[in-house]
Amino acid sequence: MSGADAALARPRAYPEPLREQGQCEVFCGLSAIVWLHRKMHDTFFLVVGSRTCAHLLQSAAGVMIFAEPRFATAILQERDLAGIADCHDELDSVVNRLLERRADIRTLFLVGSCPSEVIKLDLDKAAERLNQGPLGLAGGGRVKVLAFSGSGLETTFTQGEDQCVAALVPELPRLPSGARNLLVLGTLADVVEDQFKRVFDALGIGPVHFIPGIDTTAFPPVGEGTSVLFAQPFFNETAGLLASRGARLLSAPFPFGVEGTLAWLGAAARAWGVSDEQFERVTAAPAERARGSLGRYREVLAGRRMTFLPDSQLEIPLARFLARECGVELLEVGTPYLDRRAMQPELDLLPDGVRLVEGQDVERQLDRVAAERPDLTVCGLGLANPLEALGLRTKWSIELVFTPIHGFEQAADLAELFARPLLRSAALKV
Amino acid sequence: MQLTVWTYEGPPHIGAMRIAASMRAVHCVLHAPQGDTYADLLFTMIERGERRPPVSYTTFKARDMGTDTAELLKTRVQETYERFRPDLLLVGEACTAELLQDQAGGLAESMGLPIPVVPLELSAFSRQENWGASETFYQIVRRVLHAQVPAPGAAARASVSERCAGRRPRANLLGPTSLGFRCRDDVVELTRLLDSIGVDVNLVAPLGATPADIARIPEADFNCCLYPETAASACSWLERMFKQPTVKTVPIGVGATRDFLSEIGALTGIDVSAAIEASTSRLPWYSRSVDSTYLTGKRVFIFADATHAISAARICTEELGFKVVGLGTYSRELAREVRAAAARYGVEALITDDYLEVEAQVAALHPELVLGSQMERHIAKRFGVPCAVISAPHHVQDCPARYAPQMGFEGTNVIFDTWVHPLMMGLEEHLLTMFRGDAEFHDEATPSHLHAPAKTPPATPQTPETVSLAEGGPTAQTAPDAGVAWSPEGERELKKIPFFVRGKARRNTELFAAQRGIQTITVETLYDAKAHFGR
Repeated sequence: MSGADAALARPRAYPEPLREQGQCEVFCGLSAIVWLHRKMHDTFFLVVGSRTCAHLLQSAAGVMIFAEPRFATAILQERDLAGIADCHDELDSVVNRLLERRADIRTLFLVGSCPSEVIKLDLDKAAERLNQGPLGLAGGGRVKVLAFSGSGLETTFTQGEDQCVAALVPELPRLPSGARNLLVLGTLADVVEDQFKRVFDALGIGPVHFIPGIDTTAFPPVGEGTSVLFAQPFFNETAGLLASRGARLLSAPFPFGVEGTLAWLGAAARAWGVSDEQFERVTAAPAERARGSLGRYREVLAGRRMTFLPDSQLEIPLARFLARECGVELLEVGTPYLDRRAMQPELDLLPDGVRLVEGQDVERQLDRVAAERPDLTVCGLGLANPLEALGLRTKWSIELVFTPIHGFEQAADLAELFARPLLRSAALKV
Repeated sequence: MQLTVWTYEGPPHIGAMRIAASMRAVHCVLHAPQGDTYADLLFTMIERGERRPPVSYTTFKARDMGTDTAELLKTRVQETYERFRPDLLLVGEACTAELLQDQAGGLAESMGLPIPVVPLELSAFSRQENWGASETFYQIVRRVLHAQVPAPGAAARASVSERCAGRRPRANLLGPTSLGFRCRDDVVELTRLLDSIGVDVNLVAPLGATPADIARIPEADFNCCLYPETAASACSWLERMFKQPTVKTVPIGVGATRDFLSEIGALTGIDVSAAIEASTSRLPWYSRSVDSTYLTGKRVFIFADATHAISAARICTEELGFKVVGLGTYSRELAREVRAAAARYGVEALITDDYLEVEAQVAALHPELVLGSQMERHIAKRFGVPCAVISAPHHVQDCPARYAPQMGFEGTNVIFDTWVHPLMMGLEEHLLTMFRGDAEFHDEATPSHLHAPAKTPPATPQTPETVSLAEGGPTAQTAPDAGVAWSPEGERELKKIPFFVRGKARRNTELFAAQRGIQTITVETLYDAKAHFGR
């Protein structure tokens, strides 16, 4: 805790990022559905959009694993746009057909898309109407209908999760005054949640709730006694809504690597008045174990030059982890947008001289990659193979949102994700 | 609104991207919101493309819509031209941009770039990917060849045999595209095949062609329309404008390859009988060899793009001795052709782009083999039915490293192997029946080369996905009514049936009983059902 504290104690104005505008090579917020539906077992995500939305979802998911997944697209057609059909009537009939077939669904998210926003289809209103309908919770049915936007006009990739969770906030009951709780925000693998729960228990911090959770019918309460700890760096909208309900937002680096995890747990520990001794007693062993297993990958990664192209908002925290715990030399760290509130503790820890780029002009960015030839470039799937073909090693960034990478026990797994392309490249003789 | 779980085809601008990515010296600018760049990964991941598809996007966001998205488009067009210096620029709109009505194509045309700019009207809300590919290819061909179209009343083009006097005829291979099924190898195979009858390939397009190549299309004596999904409109325009004949047979399968050669022979006056005689296909002999007897009457369900579905139905029926029990396509533009083919095999065509409808039909028909796209592979996997992929949309595992064409005589060898191997057993099936009473040969036996007795595998945990599948998926439709039960004798008799077909026998018998309101399945019911389903 002391190392991170020392760094936090000397905040400095980080140099302004270079801002670029051009072609953005990022997913839209709809892609968050791919992991959100797996976390929330009783939900269905109905995108109201175009064939492009449906195609994106199945391409981002990679393969079609499920007969009937818990997401689908209501595709707008010529007759909907021409006003021949009433969009709201059409939507009602699609939803009713869907819910009749799926008795397992408790929460239905109507997800807005670029086309639904451009034609100004009001999905909040639709959700309200459906809730009053025969299947809706308010109408005596079993399904709560909520709406959020995953459109590329409003959201970049992981912001889809922010929008979804923000839609849940009004559903959270009020925390009685005098009570307190800790809300951990951001989809985590179940195993990681359990690990964190055990640590919080040992620290005497609780009750702890994770959002989004498996069961969307049992919402944790929120109020003035609530402290919010962000497990992911993309909760701008949700943070504002929780703050307006009186919750206290804890500021901390994100729980990647040993240092990040210590600082993150430390923020909760301070809010709960946990003594340094107890904090040390609970965290020393797992931290030491994580440092030990990280060592192997540090050997591979130390001194390697890396560039992050903007993608999931995880770039800055992961770059910090790689630089400080794995000895990586950072050339460029791109981020789709810079959320100062969320990122300041991370920026404070970034080494000097890193080129920080906000926004994207993919062509110019690729020019820099080609000129600097980093040892590893973290980028999206559309760019990875073309860069490999230039003799450059890459790490697909989407894996970073699907793989458990948070906390002490995953610190080495996280480093391994970056070491693997380098080890593989060294092994191949063809 | 149309409720869609999975989609066979992408939106039409994906088709435009496929044409751009197939060609050289062509670039496409898409007016599209942020996020639509996901499509790049289809090319770089499924086909393992070594270059980014030559597509630039405006990637507009909400804040751009407050200002001027049209201006953004012009900037992107200008930057793209300067950076990539293509010989031809395609400009189209993805669905959202179509709603903005910026008239992207017209705007770009008016910019005065020193290269042909082809505006695309893609009808994002009514059309799909293959139509988009076809339309884009057609527009390119029209644009490049516009100036060469003979004036009305110009001298009629000589017949193919007259034109070719004293030289080898030249053919264009039209239709192969990026992300098409096995196009890369089909082109190689057909180039060899045509060479063997003395025909040269003038050019292949769109795959590998430049706009300058497109300009040479009229130099060929005829066109081979290999994939009507993408090339039929261009071929028919060339036929109308340049009187350039089209060879329409798609050479997938032994019979179709022979017909393809015969059609060219008739057109050019070349005697193709020697080439047909010298066929390197092993399929006819493999299919006649006695171990193939077990293929007789295997029930096959086919669902694919129209080209591959129609070809597959003919191969199954005439060349492998299967029985086609279902035939369908998601290619609405070619529904008529598929319906006609289905009528030939005595089945009703399934024309749909609803994946759940296809799944329901597979469940109802109980096929022994499914030939389809990536989607049908998943359906078949869930039902435990063998499957081979024969058409796009396909996944990375269907872009093999080895030479694996579908067309021509080598294509028939590839097809024999890949369609028959999933069925696996051949002669083995007879052996299994013969030895089924042996002590070592039952479903719980340990393989004889392993000494430890097999442990019962743990029950598959009920993940939420399998739960939802059980509730909404096909199992619910095939499960018997709760009223049907097995008598002890019936159950004992069922156990005597070889384990690898027992599951099917159980399902069929229960279905049979349920349909007839039989409460208890006896030995008699079992054999009645066997007689009913048997062939």
